[in-house]
Amino acid sequence: MLAKQGTAYYVPHGSHWPIVGSVGLFSLMIGASSWLNEAAFGKYLFLVGVAILVTMMAGWFGNVIAESEGGAYNLKVDKSFRMGMSWFIFSEVMFFAAFFGALFYARSLSVPWLGGEGNNFFTNLMNWESFQAAWPTNGPANVGGDYEIMGPWGLPAINTLILLTSGATITVAHHAIKEGNRRLLNIFLFLTFALGFLFVGLQGYEYYHAYHDLNLTMGSGIYGSTFFMLTGFHGMHVTVGAIMLTVIWFRTMKGHFLPEHHFGFEAAAWYWHFVDVVWLGLFIFVYWL
Amino acid sequence: MSQVDTHSQHDHHDHGPEKGLKRWLFTTNHKDIGTMYLIFSLVMFMTGGAMAMVIRAELFQPGLQLVEPGFFNQMTTMHALIMVFGAVMPATVGLANWMIPIMIGAPDMALPRMNNWSFWILPFAFTMLLLTLVMPGGGPAGGWTMYPPLIQQTGIALPFLIFAIHMMGISSIMGAINIVVTIMNMRAPGMTLLKMPLFVWTWLITAYLLIAVMPILAGGVTMLLTDQYFGTTFFNAAGGGDPVMFQHIFWFFGHPEVYIMILPAFGIISEIIPTFSRKPLFGYESMVYATASIAFLSFIVWAHHMFTVGMPIAGQLFFMFSTMMIAVPTGVKVFNWVSTMWRGAMTFETPMLFSLAFVFLFTIGGFSGLMLAIAPVDFQYHDTYFVVAHFHYVLVPGAVFGIMAGVYYWLPKWTGNMYDERLGKLHFWLSTIFVNVLFFPQHFLGLAGMPRRIPDYATQFADFNMVSSIGGFGFGLSQLLFIYVIVKCARGDVKATDKVWDEPRGLEWTLSSPPPYHSFNVAPEIK
Repeated sequence: MLAKQGTAYYVPHGSHWPIVGSVGLFSLMIGASSWLNEAAFGKYLFLVGVAILVTMMAGWFGNVIAESEGGAYNLKVDKSFRMGMSWFIFSEVMFFAAFFGALFYARSLSVPWLGGEGNNFFTNLMNWESFQAAWPTNGPANVGGDYEIMGPWGLPAINTLILLTSGATITVAHHAIKEGNRRLLNIFLFLTFALGFLFVGLQGYEYYHAYHDLNLTMGSGIYGSTFFMLTGFHGMHVTVGAIMLTVIWFRTMKGHFLPEHHFGFEAAAWYWHFVDVVWLGLFIFVYWL
Repeated sequence: MSQVDTHSQHDHHDHGPEKGLKRWLFTTNHKDIGTMYLIFSLVMFMTGGAMAMVIRAELFQPGLQLVEPGFFNQMTTMHALIMVFGAVMPATVGLANWMIPIMIGAPDMALPRMNNWSFWILPFAFTMLLLTLVMPGGGPAGGWTMYPPLIQQTGIALPFLIFAIHMMGISSIMGAINIVVTIMNMRAPGMTLLKMPLFVWTWLITAYLLIAVMPILAGGVTMLLTDQYFGTTFFNAAGGGDPVMFQHIFWFFGHPEVYIMILPAFGIISEIIPTFSRKPLFGYESMVYATASIAFLSFIVWAHHMFTVGMPIAGQLFFMFSTMMIAVPTGVKVFNWVSTMWRGAMTFETPMLFSLAFVFLFTIGGFSGLMLAIAPVDFQYHDTYFVVAHFHYVLVPGAVFGIMAGVYYWLPKWTGNMYDERLGKLHFWLSTIFVNVLFFPQHFLGLAGMPRRIPDYATQFADFNMVSSIGGFGFGLSQLLFIYVIVKCARGDVKATDKVWDEPRGLEWTLSSPPPYHSFNVAPEIK
């Protein structure tokens, strides 16, 4: 069934999905911009864009899955996919690097400077006289009002445990797929994305708790900004990763993948490990230290 | 799946392109996509150029003549965004699409459908960006660097600007991933890394840079958006943030970005000079290592754009010296180009003329860059026309001339027809003379203290500004000739041979002119 290496590299001919995706992206972006500008149609245009993009992804991935199951991809195509996914994950790492960079910059440079460190004595004296630099902070102007910090050892520690466990369960699932143990595969893959969605749910609860009990919001100065942007983008990535794993689970249930040929599974697994590692960075630098 | 099965058995040559609009909308063919990138880039080049004409017309004389200051600022901002993201980058990606699969003996790009999407995002992104010009309050006017807090006065255009940049970023990242994967996975047997043409090498390194820094830009502009609309304080000191932090984030992207624009041009020049010197490239391996060194250094020099913003002295020294180090690998490259020509049997067709101008004029831009790298000296030049002269020297007779050289070099291969050599040379001479008339006086204006991005100036600057504007109009009009030469070539009747030039090196010259719709279904053997 699978093409062997040495046969022609599969070059697809003509696909309407990319242009559909462009129209969807355009609609989504125009919609989001208009929504932010409080235009009434913005929200609807945004949702239309989302719908088009979801349709595009279903159709495009559908094509790829059908081609893969039909044996169109040789090992060289498989390698292209692997490299492509690795570099995509690298680009995601760099996206998070921007926000981690902002966090480190604020913690080790801008906040101490506001407190008068280095040659910034007069910055502190003239602009923010009573401000004592410390982390976490919502800045010398007490932006967003008094708040409480989100400590590491409650829900965040449980969430860490959940994600680390999911990293283990997906490894079990990976061994199972390689050994052809489909039952074990289905169970552990299910466990993985179930833990993923549980994580997202708990994270949602944490946000609710932050907004309603701690007065910790996106507007709580630089602490609130970095906290919510980092954990928020991470949560979005966990959601995407869990959806990917769910799709892969439906495919394993249908009997897709072979012990030696299961790039789709591995791509989702790599992505899952990526969100796992980002979380460890978050837990250490956002919650703990 | 019968369709798939027959596909893998059939010879690909019986697959012609689709007919009509569907060919261009749905195509997965690297040549079609490369052509679309190049045409799109030309359209954007003329659009951004028209904005430059507005700028130069306003600056023709002191005082406010033609446009409102606010509109002037929109023009400088949009000119930069369009030229960087719409003209130079898509042009080099177009050349990469056309040439890399052919140069490494691959059947196509590694991920052909994604290749289509990379391109087709761009027209939508730039439609969105250009739409801001007709919105209430106008387009973004805070400069392409988008520094807060100024950019946050943009009004309703701000989210459109930011989301347009996100779309360009998505397109660039997908395009770059495709190029890396193509080069790493699709080379013909025997094409080891150090046998690759230099254009392929420079693009491989460029693609790494793109994947590393486009997400940083995306993160930075996202923070601008949330600061504006969701109450975050990344760039607001009252909340513990810092507007200078945006500059760090932006230039961590921005400095590698300038190499993203110039490295592919280095590659093109390194293909052309050997052909017209009839000698192999001098110091091939050192060229590869020099390119890699430049790329590495580009990550640790960013704050030389920010010397005047306030920085600890240790930071100023670090960024000053690291910046000057870039002169070493760049010097290696210039030395190698000159050495390639040394005792070569040189001829001076249009691509070679553009390459020679590149070597001279890019080097002028490089030297003024060295001057700007010296922190105490930069305090005088910062945000003056000296900076404008510097980066236009590296980008116009640098990157743009490199692209034009590549277009003249490969146009006969793409179209199967020779371009009009006489008109090509005329285009070269007009461009080269006018580009110097345009930008050289700006050095003097800057050294005398004329600030950039201001629609009016003191009368002492009048003469050089008038000269510069005349050069600008001349350069702009000369590009109409470029379009004419391309169109004439595409419709032309003087057939090009397969080799086109005397002794060109590289797999592209082993194919017919124009190459078949699908080239290298059977990988060539590289000795």
